[in-house]
Amino acid sequence: MAASSLPPQVSAAPDLFPPVKRRHPWVALARRHPSIVIGGGLLLVIVVMAVAAQWLGTVDPNAIAPAKRNRAPSAEFWFGTDALGRDLYSRVLYGAQVSLMVGVAVAVCATILGLATGLVAGAVRALDAPIMRIMDGLMSIPPILLAVALMALMRGSVLNVILAISIAEFPRMSRLVRGLVLSIREQPYVDGAIVAGTALPMVIWRHILPNTLGPVIVQSTYICSAAMITEAALSFIGAGTPPSVPSWGTVMSEGRALWQIKPHMIFFPAVFLSLTVLAVNILGDGLRDAFDPRAGKRG
Amino acid sequence: MSALLDLRGLTKHFPLSPDLFGRPKATVHALDDVSLSLARGETLSIVGESGCGKSTLGKAIVQLQVPTAGDILLEGARVNGQRGAALKAFRKRVQMVFQDPYSSLNPRLTVFDSLAEPLRNFGIAHARAELERQIGDLLQQVGLPRDAAHRYPHEFSGGQRQRIAIARALAPRPDLIVCDEAVSALDVSVKAQVVNLLGDIQKATGLSLVFISHDLAIVEHLTHRVAVMYLGRVVELAERRALFGDARHPYTRALISAVPVPDPKVRKTRTMLKGDVPSPLRPPSGCRFHTRCPFATETCRAVTPALRPVAEGHKVACHFDISPDGTQVRDAA
Repeated sequence: MAASSLPPQVSAAPDLFPPVKRRHPWVALARRHPSIVIGGGLLLVIVVMAVAAQWLGTVDPNAIAPAKRNRAPSAEFWFGTDALGRDLYSRVLYGAQVSLMVGVAVAVCATILGLATGLVAGAVRALDAPIMRIMDGLMSIPPILLAVALMALMRGSVLNVILAISIAEFPRMSRLVRGLVLSIREQPYVDGAIVAGTALPMVIWRHILPNTLGPVIVQSTYICSAAMITEAALSFIGAGTPPSVPSWGTVMSEGRALWQIKPHMIFFPAVFLSLTVLAVNILGDGLRDAFDPRAGKRG
Repeated sequence: MSALLDLRGLTKHFPLSPDLFGRPKATVHALDDVSLSLARGETLSIVGESGCGKSTLGKAIVQLQVPTAGDILLEGARVNGQRGAALKAFRKRVQMVFQDPYSSLNPRLTVFDSLAEPLRNFGIAHARAELERQIGDLLQQVGLPRDAAHRYPHEFSGGQRQRIAIARALAPRPDLIVCDEAVSALDVSVKAQVVNLLGDIQKATGLSLVFISHDLAIVEHLTHRVAVMYLGRVVELAERRALFGDARHPYTRALISAVPVPDPKVRKTRTMLKGDVPSPLRPPSGCRFHTRCPFATETCRAVTPALRPVAEGHKVACHFDISPDGTQVRDAA
């Protein structure tokens, strides 16, 4: 058949493959993983506010002004003042430093502890049962109760709060990592590495650990948000950071007595805590979708 | 013919995890008393249905599985149960290619890193330039471009990945490569290419191959000898020609008659087997094939047949001499 006898529609074929639109990488990321951009962006705003607190029109968060106590939000005091006349805007912004630091530090500590114990439990059969029974024991106590108990043994300080919450949170990570290791080590590439003469510690380091990181990073964002809530709860009941260090929990705790007539004392720190936890969770969801291509991909 | 590899009475049982009261539930009889030997430069194929223990045998040979009983000898020296430096020296000589080319390469390592691993581990090359050169040579040897080294596995097709896996196995210049269903996951045309590649490499290097497969057509194409396994036991062992032309065991005959012939005019008398492979948890008494064998007798149910020679280099584990058309059954003893 001569080429000229081809139906004219054939020339329309290139339209089936429209030219790929070149998008700015940020735009492409936002279209593919909107939750990463939304959660990450919101979190970035809060982090910038916390870090730049002293340049954002704040005053000393602990400066007492008895004459100006219990003020409602106004042009002078954006978030009002508390029962001691301290500026709540300054206390909320400086409180963000404590809450975020606790969240991130706990996420890092719990991830390191969880990775270490989980890798050992997953890779060394003899230690699996003992380590996992200890984790079961730790997990059978509600994290907040365990943290309260640990804080009762220690002096109230930010470092001790981080330690207490890390101990309460890391068993979940440990269990996750162990499960991942058990499935990854059945992968043929692990057998392949062993046949290629790689010693067990190196097999764990090069072949197993890097392939656990996706789920581990996602889990660590959830630990981060859980830690911020636990810190607020600990501080709210007076078992957290000392009163001299404003955190969202302490600020809310101090506003508790008057919250029915002065709701702003609890409203602002609570909104910031909720927004931060929401941002971290949205980011975590986005990361989970990005790391696991099988998880629901729309469009 | 001096043997490179000798398997003596290799047995592997997997106890299932004990129940709540600590009683062992059951034992999977994956391998039972398997004895085989392999010469230098020879290809021995292990064939059988799924679950007959061929993969366990492969893993036991490369010591990814510790056998329950029996010995593995490399050039007459016992190698099972070794550790440390001795085990490493063994690994350098005995390599493996796995079934699934999509999961046998670490997705997070470049081809260079995957191939550099055995070269570094076995002290063959350390310097970057030397690694580059040797990895380029290996890739060329398996028919891939040298610049494939700096890509990730997901950039390659299944056949290309299997070539990379073969390059990794070749890296320490082994004496023996165990190919565990190495071409089963590939398309027919790619399968042929990879099989031919293995044959070419064997001719060039004098390497021995243990080729584990369920695909008799492929096996017939590349092997020297064949061992047929059924439920953890070797039932027949023969040279390729003898096995495909003059199979003695009723199971082998059934397997061969099931190979499709690409000619619609050929009408074969197919030997159909009834039933499924019995569970390796409770293998049948006596001859394990008796539950499906059309010729089974009381003797078969009671006595386990030993591998007995029927011709030069041809052994079969059956109590009877059965004529090819199945009409005459003579007691072998």
